[in-house]
Amino acid sequence: MSFPWAEEYRPKSGFMRWLDQRLPLPRLVYGAVGGGYPVPRNLNYFWNFGVLAGIALTIQIVTGIILAMHYVPYDQQAFQSVEHIMRDVNQGWLLRYLHANGASFFFIVTYIHIFRGLYYGSYKAPRELVWMLGLVILLLMMATAFMGYVLPWGQMSFWASKVITGLFGAIPLIGEPVQNWLLGGYAPDQPTLNRFFSLHYLLPFVIAGVVILHIWALHIPGSSNPTGVEVKTAQDTVPFHPYYTAKDGFGLGVFLILLAIVTFFAPNYLGHADNYIPANPLSTPSHIVPEWYFWPFYAILRAFTVDFILPAKLWGVLAMFGAIILLFFLPWLDPSPVRSGNYRPRFRQFFWILMLDIVVLGWCGGLPAEEPWVMVSQIATIYYFAHFLIILPILSWTERTEPLPNSISESVLHGEAAESAPADLAGLRPAGAAE
Amino acid sequence: MVRLLGILIGLGFVLVAAWSLAWGVAAYVSEPHEETVEHRFHQEPRDIAFSFDGPFGKYDRPQLQRGFQVFKEVCASCHGLSFVAFRDLHDLGYGEEEVKAIADQWQIEVPAVDSKTGEASTRKALPADRFPSPYPNEVAARAANRNALPPDLSLITKARHGGAPYIASLLTGYRNPPADLPADSRPGEGLHYNPWFANLNIAMPPPLTADGQVSYADGTNPTREQMAKDVSAFLAWTAEPKLENRKAAGLATLAFLLFATILAYMAYQNIWHGGASRRVRQTGVLDPDNMAKRDEASREAGIAGNP
Repeated sequence: MSFPWAEEYRPKSGFMRWLDQRLPLPRLVYGAVGGGYPVPRNLNYFWNFGVLAGIALTIQIVTGIILAMHYVPYDQQAFQSVEHIMRDVNQGWLLRYLHANGASFFFIVTYIHIFRGLYYGSYKAPRELVWMLGLVILLLMMATAFMGYVLPWGQMSFWASKVITGLFGAIPLIGEPVQNWLLGGYAPDQPTLNRFFSLHYLLPFVIAGVVILHIWALHIPGSSNPTGVEVKTAQDTVPFHPYYTAKDGFGLGVFLILLAIVTFFAPNYLGHADNYIPANPLSTPSHIVPEWYFWPFYAILRAFTVDFILPAKLWGVLAMFGAIILLFFLPWLDPSPVRSGNYRPRFRQFFWILMLDIVVLGWCGGLPAEEPWVMVSQIATIYYFAHFLIILPILSWTERTEPLPNSISESVLHGEAAESAPADLAGLRPAGAAE
Repeated sequence: MVRLLGILIGLGFVLVAAWSLAWGVAAYVSEPHEETVEHRFHQEPRDIAFSFDGPFGKYDRPQLQRGFQVFKEVCASCHGLSFVAFRDLHDLGYGEEEVKAIADQWQIEVPAVDSKTGEASTRKALPADRFPSPYPNEVAARAANRNALPPDLSLITKARHGGAPYIASLLTGYRNPPADLPADSRPGEGLHYNPWFANLNIAMPPPLTADGQVSYADGTNPTREQMAKDVSAFLAWTAEPKLENRKAAGLATLAFLLFATILAYMAYQNIWHGGASRRVRQTGVLDPDNMAKRDEASREAGIAGNP
């Protein structure tokens, strides 16, 4: 697909040749994730996370479909049906805990995947659409996760759905009709639960579709790499299979071990105790919080406390959605030709401040809206917007970057990447074969 | 262009957030910030060890049976256990006949329909029934409890921060209000001071009032502390009946995953840094010149080589 020296698919048996001539599905797979996809040889472990996110999505879909066979999207029975799964369905507890914690791990690997893209400049030309499709996946994931959290119809489910749909109520004029339209009423109720179930079942397949576009768009320029230098010759690449399938296999093992530790030994650690209380519209929990993966955005939402031309709540909503929307413009906000943070010393410092900033935002988002945490979250919010909208654009004008290696293989030979394929095995196709 | 626009929008958000921050700081500095009463008097759950803690933890069957006895004789008069069925008591070590007898002799009957007249009636519980609620509905429950609603206990240890230690702390946590407790936080009519409860004043009267309130068949000394621990362990079981299956499955899964991951790591190392014997130098058969010669030779011999 991507490079002229990409290995062409050769059917190994008569049947595969027969199939290849009629439905070249093996050819597609071979070119996408097989020996026919040349990948930079210097990828580090941060490049494992795309595959891990794909596997996390698969785990969610498989466990989710089975859970849906036992779940009842009816407000009087939803909570009971979840407990029925936990107590009476064979291995139901495993399915549900795996699904709930799998969602958390899906976000963990996706966030690391995004941070990797931020650090190594994977969003830059010619990969802008890869980046933007990834952000579309993130938004779809957020919608799916939020609606999934509502389905058990516990106290947090109910009140989180009220608070989150209430955000749309902050929009002037059309806000309230939109909120009522989303909920199917004036408050979360049976229509809300039923439509959230329907959409929660639908959206993962939409995500899977956008994942295909994401990978398709990726395969045109090929994978980025830690140096940020484009692939020049066959020496720079190794075939995806077996090199990166083997490495991803190891990464998958580590991922599954961590997922298993949480799922089997601390399955409720990432959840909230209040969601084991059935939804009660007459009793507001003292402290309404979303799931942990929304905490940074929740902190941004609550950081705007004072009206300024627009109501504070509207500022909070704009900022919260803006915090993700601005990432769509990142390729143009930071047009520095040097991609990788490894060669941008000043960028690197700000990047790590941003990482710390997001942790602080997450921390504040999980706490009650009390001082001094609101002030801390306001400072962190200021940095978040300043980083992407002010610091990065100025940096890309003024920064002095370090010299780039001439090629990926040169950087590997100089020991800049600890792990690299030996020249002999990697270079099955000699350098001169590029033309 | 995008950068200029971005800087402008960024400045906008930064300024508005800074405006909020300025007000926040001003309020924080000018207004006295007192500790809330809850903050001063509320207690974290005591550090109580249970047999089911940790990755190898298991339920202590005799303790669950004792806890069930406390539930039956003390809690069940006000609290339901609606997600648990009598048949589930097999897990506690009771036999078929014992479970049947427990269901049959349960103090509250199960709602039923009279098969002749069709009128609402009640019947004795069967092992397949879930524990019947002590009150027919929420209104009746509130009416009998000064408008407080005794929560269903099936999930209580998962529905409260602190789990089983919290329940045990709460059950033994009734105190006389301290002298320095502000007047508006003192327990009102029908409330009881308990620093383990979120807002310090709980409607539930002290359930475990004296040592020896229940008599344990297994000879354990029924101190208040012991009864509180036992019933908390029982309620941990009602909330998480599959805990032992979960931990056993977890250990097996981890053992498998560790093994598979070590194999995967070795496969990864093997493919990337394969044995020296398989190493082929650039000057060897894969040398561009050599390959060209080989291809030419293949072509001359009429053998299909690499295109």
